[in-house]
Amino acid sequence: MWKWLHPYAKAQKSYQLSGKLLPWFVGLTTTTSIIGLVWGLLFAPPDYQQGDSFRIIYIHVPAAMMAMAAYVMMAIGAFIALVWQIRLAAMSVAATAPVGAVFTFIALVTGAAWGKPMWGAWWVWDARLTSELILLFIYMGIIGLYNAFSDKVLAGRAASILTLVGVINLPIIHYSVVWWSTLHQGATIIKFGKPLIAPEMLWPLLIMIVAFGAFLCALTLMRFRNEILIRESHRPWVCALVTGGDK
Amino acid sequence: MAFHSLVGFLHMGGYAFYVWLAYGIAMLSIVILVVNTLMETHKIKRFVKKRMLRDKRIQKAQKMEGAL
Repeated sequence: MWKWLHPYAKAQKSYQLSGKLLPWFVGLTTTTSIIGLVWGLLFAPPDYQQGDSFRIIYIHVPAAMMAMAAYVMMAIGAFIALVWQIRLAAMSVAATAPVGAVFTFIALVTGAAWGKPMWGAWWVWDARLTSELILLFIYMGIIGLYNAFSDKVLAGRAASILTLVGVINLPIIHYSVVWWSTLHQGATIIKFGKPLIAPEMLWPLLIMIVAFGAFLCALTLMRFRNEILIRESHRPWVCALVTGGDK
Repeated sequence: MAFHSLVGFLHMGGYAFYVWLAYGIAMLSIVILVVNTLMETHKIKRFVKKRMLRDKRIQKAQKMEGAL
């Protein structure tokens, strides 16, 4: 049943498939981010309490969500890499980590820029903020660990183990606003019952979440292809690809 | 439209500094990430090409030596 998957364990096949998927994700990212930004910045009504400062939500929430989604992707890849010893899975972990780290950084910075006018402080040691900061450190740890080994098989294994250990942080981030009394507000969209946000504000937010998701996929694919090229650089197919122009 | 003029839009209801700071840094970090990724691709391809040319030169030199 799953036999059709087998060829994709070969680097060349995966390289070609990701090359085919890439333009779709790039296109989706461009269209959704333009629609989402114009709608969110120009057409969504100002918040009755927060005024126009709430517009930071259109990058803050998508970045934070996709930072966690990237981690879930990495954890799945790490598990596959460790259990079935598929080296492409370890490469996908290495490809995703920098993207996840940048998204986490964006979530933290935009959160600070939102916190200053609303809470009166750029930073507070509240459970949500702290656990998000730890996520950034875990991402940086994974990137550092992967780059610390010149033997990339070993590097992939080490990074995968650290990725799986770090999974513990995900539920802590998500439930931090429930388990501790935090300055950060509770869940607005992902919860039981109706979202706690007006539809004219919610729609651009959902579009921006799609945009960030597509962007995450596009960049991960690009970095994954780089990773394959490095690791397979001695193979004839890479040599043919390099001399045969851009493909 | 939530704003009546360009100035009003840029002013962001008095939150201009915070809103544009957030959007600016997000944009900048995304651009850096994309540029870094593209440059890496370029660097890898150039490296492989260079190595191939070098290998070819070495092969040629060895052949010449054999002929002498």
